[in-house]
Amino acid sequence: MCCKKLSEAAAAKFAELDAFIDGLGIDRDDPRRRGRLIQVLHRAQAIFGYLPREVQLHVAGKLFLPEAAVSGVVSFYNYFTTEPKGKYCIDVCLGTACYVKGSEKVLSEIERVLGIKADTKPTDDGLFSINALRCVGACGLAPVMIVNGKVYGKVTPAKAVEIVNEYKKLG
Amino acid sequence: MNMVNLTINGKPVSVPANSTILDAARELNIKIPTLCHCKLGCGVTNQPASCRVCVVEVERRRNLAPACATPVMEGMVVHTNTQRALNARRTVLELMLSDHPQDCLTCPKNQECSLQKLAAEFGIREIEYKGEVNHFDVDTSSEAIMRDLSKCIMCRRCETVCNKVQTVGTLTGFGRGFSAKVGTPNLMPLADTSCTFCGQCVNACPVGAITGISYVKKVWAAINDPSKTVIVQTAPAVRVAVGQEFGFEPGVPVTGKLVSGLRALGFDKVFDTNFSADLTIMEEGHEIVERVKSGKNLPILTSCCPGWINFIEHNFPDLLHIPSSCKSPQQMFGAIAKSYYAEKIGVKPEDLIVVSVMPCQAKKYEAARPEFSRDGVRDVDYVVTTRELCRMFREAGVNLANMDDSEYDSPLGDSTGAADIFGVTGGVLEAACRSVYYMLNGKNLEGDAINFRAVRGLDGIKEATVRITPDKSINVAVCSGLGNARKVLEMVRKEPGRFQAIEIMACPGGCINGGGQPFLHGETDLLEKRMKGLYCEDERKTKRCSHDNPDIQKLYQEYLGEPGSEKAHHLLHTVYHQK
Repeated sequence: MCCKKLSEAAAAKFAELDAFIDGLGIDRDDPRRRGRLIQVLHRAQAIFGYLPREVQLHVAGKLFLPEAAVSGVVSFYNYFTTEPKGKYCIDVCLGTACYVKGSEKVLSEIERVLGIKADTKPTDDGLFSINALRCVGACGLAPVMIVNGKVYGKVTPAKAVEIVNEYKKLG
Repeated sequence: MNMVNLTINGKPVSVPANSTILDAARELNIKIPTLCHCKLGCGVTNQPASCRVCVVEVERRRNLAPACATPVMEGMVVHTNTQRALNARRTVLELMLSDHPQDCLTCPKNQECSLQKLAAEFGIREIEYKGEVNHFDVDTSSEAIMRDLSKCIMCRRCETVCNKVQTVGTLTGFGRGFSAKVGTPNLMPLADTSCTFCGQCVNACPVGAITGISYVKKVWAAINDPSKTVIVQTAPAVRVAVGQEFGFEPGVPVTGKLVSGLRALGFDKVFDTNFSADLTIMEEGHEIVERVKSGKNLPILTSCCPGWINFIEHNFPDLLHIPSSCKSPQQMFGAIAKSYYAEKIGVKPEDLIVVSVMPCQAKKYEAARPEFSRDGVRDVDYVVTTRELCRMFREAGVNLANMDDSEYDSPLGDSTGAADIFGVTGGVLEAACRSVYYMLNGKNLEGDAINFRAVRGLDGIKEATVRITPDKSINVAVCSGLGNARKVLEMVRKEPGRFQAIEIMACPGGCINGGGQPFLHGETDLLEKRMKGLYCEDERKTKRCSHDNPDIQKLYQEYLGEPGSEKAHHLLHTVYHQK
């Protein structure tokens, strides 16, 4: 089904994913293959940044699962995305502690500055996308925002804009 | 077996330990309404307990319990009709209806809808809950199946039948929360998925979310077009299912009344797919003999069922050389009608309209396959299902109960008993065996030997050894339901020499349970009756072997030559493609 010629970069990504899946040692009759699906999708999203149909089909084939089983799981979890993400992925925690400490204001300020909404498409220049998350488990640092895995604690709307501008400078 | 004693509505009952409250209530003839719960065939029951229409009150239990999924316990005291239970059911129904289009009058499932029926039984007159309503575009991308997800109530019957019974894996719960629906992968149009169009989801859907694409209007237009000659063919399984819709005992064959009814609708000639089923046996029997003699491309797989052919094209591309190259009886009929018959009556193929009445949704897709058209003229123009035909009868005021019996027209209407049993799992192989025996031995099987009982019955997978000459036997398998087909094909991959011939039907039980048949509503016992009806038809006939059909003999003499001839190959055989 997926007959487009892959670019070298994409081929390398698929090879990396295959190495991971092959390492799990799953065969056609393995009853655990469905249980491994989330783990595999998690890695696939880390490699590709998102889960377009080609990647879902590839995962389905490697795990001997129907495409529908993969698509259903991807559609269920907010964490998985079928849209590409920005170069810098900003996660804003809206868990109870962060929320009480004003993370919603942080989120709306970032949305205003970047001109995009959380959990939608990235900025036109492809630099930023925003995710609204539930508790990330760092309530002592509330409110928390995370940029590509780096955690920033006790952020205010003003501080958040400063952080965003830092990344903008990096380009 | 361990038995458990409980009381329902004050009546004691004793049931096996693994039963549910619903099972126990049915034992007592106490009705508890259900919606998502449904027997789907091949031993699979949809039981997600998601609709909550079956809630009951259990003493010493704080919450209401879903009867369909709550196991019985010793000493349990159940009340099915307390005010609390009834109120909860009403609320559940009203909530479902609050996110359901209120277009019952124009819905394809009008009067066949379980939700509508429940709303009527509960006397719902007003829906208190007003709020957001889901809206999805209707998917009419395929030739066979239409999906209107705005009507989906998330009972997940279709998802279960697609994944657990058929292992096709096209449908999945998609999204989460309020907007979650059962959809295709990434909500693609159905035509772009690996759907086989078996139509089991159409039968499973309790509401109007999945229905067949209807060509009834086009059929009426053709019948009323004086420039067209319109002929109709009826599949074997239709004759034992159509009666149920007109008050006959389910499963009783009403062949003669069906023929009269079709004449009353205005078809110029009423022919029979049974005729081309006999023709299929001539070609397929010849192919079996050739392949068994040469030992090549075995096991031979039957190819009558378009849902199954879609399945192998999608899932087993490495095995596409082993299905019989024979077209299905529907397509053989179309090919012969638009060549031999059209020439005989001096009508141009484009002015001859071939309508099929089929128990099937996949036949609609099959008829539209490009390889079954010549010069832009389709061999089979329109397919209507058994259910759609019943609607045409009602629309035209034709009541089969008031019809006299009459005979099919000649020359494409006569058939043998071998053709009747095509409609039930095992029938095609049995019919083929009868003629293969004749082809190899020059004489028919005698007495009871003509009944290949080992391949009969509604079991999902049957294996048998059948004698084709006094000193040669072949190993055969018969399976129905695509999940069983998958198992058998895996066996073939692992052990290619195990079988020499395999019959496969997509729907559990064969065409009697096709995606276009009158609804079973979970009453799978009706299949047994339809099966018996077909074997009755077989035994009623004086000729029970396809090669004894005089009109088939004439067709070969006048037109085709021999089975497997060049002309026969050109008209009656096809090739398969990887999808």
